[in-house]
This record gives sequence, C-alpha cells and structure tokens, in this order.
Amino acid sequence: MWVDLAITLAKILFIIGVTVGFFAPILTWVERKQSAIMQDRIGANRADILGFTAIGLFHCIADALKMFTKEDFIPQGANKILHTISPIIAVVPAILTFAVVPFGGQYTIFDKEVNLVISDLDVGLLFVFAIASLATYGYVIAGWSSNNNWSLLGSMRTASQMISYEVTMGLTIVGVLMVYESMKLTTIGAIQEDFFKWGLFLQPLGFFMFLAASIAENKRIPFDNPEAESEIVAGYFTEYSGLKFGMFFMSEFIEMVTIGAIMTILFFGAWHIPFLTTATLLSWFDFLGTTGSNILVMLIHVGVFFSKVVFFIWLQMTIRWTLPRFRYDQIMKLGWKILLPLSLANILVTGIFILVLK
Amino acid sequence: MELLIFYPIAGLCVALALGVILNTSPVGSAMCLIGMMLGLAGIFVLQQAHFIAVLQVIIYAGAIMVLFMFVIMLLNLKQAASADWVSRDKNLYITILTSALAIGILYKIVDVTFMADLDSPAELPDTFGTVATVGESLFTDFVLPFEVASLLLLAAMIGAVVLAKPKLD
Repeated sequence: MWVDLAITLAKILFIIGVTVGFFAPILTWVERKQSAIMQDRIGANRADILGFTAIGLFHCIADALKMFTKEDFIPQGANKILHTISPIIAVVPAILTFAVVPFGGQYTIFDKEVNLVISDLDVGLLFVFAIASLATYGYVIAGWSSNNNWSLLGSMRTASQMISYEVTMGLTIVGVLMVYESMKLTTIGAIQEDFFKWGLFLQPLGFFMFLAASIAENKRIPFDNPEAESEIVAGYFTEYSGLKFGMFFMSEFIEMVTIGAIMTILFFGAWHIPFLTTATLLSWFDFLGTTGSNILVMLIHVGVFFSKVVFFIWLQMTIRWTLPRFRYDQIMKLGWKILLPLSLANILVTGIFILVLK
Repeated sequence: MELLIFYPIAGLCVALALGVILNTSPVGSAMCLIGMMLGLAGIFVLQQAHFIAVLQVIIYAGAIMVLFMFVIMLLNLKQAASADWVSRDKNLYITILTSALAIGILYKIVDVTFMADLDSPAELPDTFGTVATVGESLFTDFVLPFEVASLLLLAAMIGAVVLAKPKLD
C-alpha cells in the first residue's frame, strides 16, 4: 500500500513539476521568442545575471519576481471574496485535468505494474470535459466581481463563447469514443499503438474541430474576444494585478499544455512511436533485463509523449501569431452555424462507417 | 472510512443549499448552487457511480449554471431588497403545493431508508456504475422512459426556438 501511495505521489509531483514548474514559465519565454522570430525581431534578451543573459531565459524569473512583488489591488465596490478566489477557480481546472491524462503506458518495474496515469478513471474522457467546463466560472466571476464595465463585457463574452464551443467539443468527443469504444484515456492511448488507428486518421474532421474548439475554450487568438485588448482594455482581468493576474496568465499557458496533451492522447498516437510497438522496443533492450528495459522504454515513451505535446504547443503559438482576431459575431457564427452542424455530421458519418465496416 | 468523507461533503452540501436560499445577491446564490452540485457529484462518486457524477458536473455545474450566471449578468441583478420577502396571497397556493411535494419526497426517503438493510450492504459487481453498464440498462430495461425523456427535451428545444424567434417564417 505504501509503495502504491509513493508511486501515486511521485506521479502527481512529476505532473505538477512539469506543467507549473517547467512548461508555464518556459512558455512565456517561448511565446516571446516565437513572436519575435515571426515578426523579424530579436525578442526578450535584456534580463541578465552578471551580464549573462542565457538567450533571454532569465525573463521567466524576472516575470515571476515582478508578479510576486507588485501591489495586489482590489477596486472599489468590487466583491472582495469573489475577486480573490476567481483566479484560483481559473487555474485549478487547468492543472486538475492532468489527473486522468496518461503520459505513458504500463510497465513492469521490480515486479510491479506501473501505470503512468494518476487516476485511471473509467469516464476519463468525460472527466476532462467536465473539468474544462468548470473553468468558465473563474473567468466569468472575475469579470463580474471587478465592478468594471470592461470586465463585465469580457466575462459575458467568455460565458457565451465557452458555452458555444463546449457543444462542439462534446460532440467531437462523441465521435472519438464511437471509434475507440472506450472513455478510458489509457485504453484510447493503448489502441493507437497501431499507426493506422491514430485518431488523426480515424477522425480527421474531429481533429480539426477539436483543435478549433479547444483554442476557443482557451480564449487565445483568433478567439481572444473575452480579452480583446484593443476593444475592452483587457476584458475579464482588467482589474487584476500582481500574482492574481499572474494566475490568469499562468492558467492560459497550463491550458495550452493540457490541450496539447489531450490532442496527443486522442488524435496523435499518445505515447507511441509510429510503427514501433512496445513489444519491439522491449525486445531491443532485452539485454538490460526486465526492469532495465522497462525503465528505458518508459523514459522513451514519456519523452515521445511530451515531444508531441510540445509540437501541439508550437502549433497553437503559430496559429496565435498568424491569424488576426475574429469579430464576436464571426465567432458565434463559426461555432453555431459551421462547427455544430459539422460535428453532428461527423457523428453520423462515423456511425455509418462503423456500421458498414462491421 | 467512507463516512469520514461522506459527512464533510454532505454537511457542505446542506450548508451551501442553505446559502442558495439565504443569500441576498443572485451571484452568491448561484455560486452556492454550483458548490452544492459539485458536492452532490462527490456523493455520487462515493456511491461508485462515477458516470452519474461526471454527468452531474458536466450538465448542471458546467452547462446549466453557466447559462444561469450569464443571464444574471445580462440582467445585472444587484442585491435583492428585503421587502421582497413579504408573503403575498397569490403565493399561498404555490407554497401549499411545493410543501406538499416536499413532504411527499421526504416521506419516500424515510420509507426507503427504513426498508434498506444498511448494516450489510449488497456486494457491488465490478462493472457497477461504468459507462457500459449504465448505457446497457438505459437502452434495454429503460428504453421507453429514455425515449420519452428525449422527446420531451426535443419538444422543449423547439419550444424555446419558437419563443425566441420574433416572427416565424
């Protein structure tokens, strides 16, 4: 029992370390550098320690320090309690999703089955969806409790946008679970050991719709209407400063990692390398013994998984710096008149294919 | 062990349910309701009904309450004036009707609790509460109520569209 507890704790610490400790701060730097490269600038390169700049990486530390030391301001007439807890409500779901995301397969280490997922829920896919829908409150409450009209406009846009795109997201997930006949994310991942069973090939339309819907859920350009700094100052977090603003800022980056992870699991072969089954990999490293080869394969799989996640993060950033912002009515039209009928059609076509092929 | 989790969640649920009624600000009430629904989901999990628990979060906490919040913000409702609490004659029938319903439900709950053998609960099969089992019973034993419910939802949906459209063409 204690061993199991220790393994679970190690997995939780690993996930929190990777998302909050590594990805969130590094991504702030990556975003600056990538935008700079795409716009032919140099980008962040000024923060230095004793003249050593580490290609601008110290900006992550400078940012964190700035957020910790800035004044925490609550506007007059704001609801103090809700104003304070809403950044927490926003950032927790982003991290919580990782509870069911497998970042590797199953390995035998010292005669013990190690499953690289914190909680292997039977309803994993729905859990992801449920947690994502809870994130809305953080943003909506933030805008409402700030007692500021720009903020209120921002949170109304958030609420309508997130409700609209949740529908598409949910219907896309239906297509995925029709194909894999399971809601367990570990099972979905395991099936994709076969390269031709990747979600990208079985649900090509679903892949693009899920990508669009999840970027809309994360409120990044081209769907950043709730923030829209050229129209409504900064939307729902206009009245936030210091670490509370930092939490909204961070939740966006953590959510990018989450989206990357979910896309990898559902559509991009999870932790598998194309045409290389786990058994083949294990047989290659047979000379290391059962435990040794299992550990090595585990490390390879975790590495592959996170490289795919990094690819999706790069994709989201490229989209963000390529496209302009959609107008509010365009977002609604895209959500309800294009993506919703398409996702319904996707379910129908998937159903017909399954019926015919069986 | 189970009770150790059950009592805090149940207590929180009751406290938040009271918060829904006693709060004077609509947003506060809505927040309490969301909290209560999440607590209920926790109780479902304790009953091994993971699927129902997740649906509870998705549908009630995730979808319906977001819409509630949206409407509250759209109308920009502020604190309710305390004068609204005075009972009016036309509310009398509603009061009697709802109390009768509440007493009926309470009676049923007490009845079932006495009937149940709480000291030795039946063994649960391994597949209890999984998506497959719930789906199977939904589409075999309860297919008629299921279809009736979906028809009702469809009618409600069409009704909403008709009401929202100023002029039918």
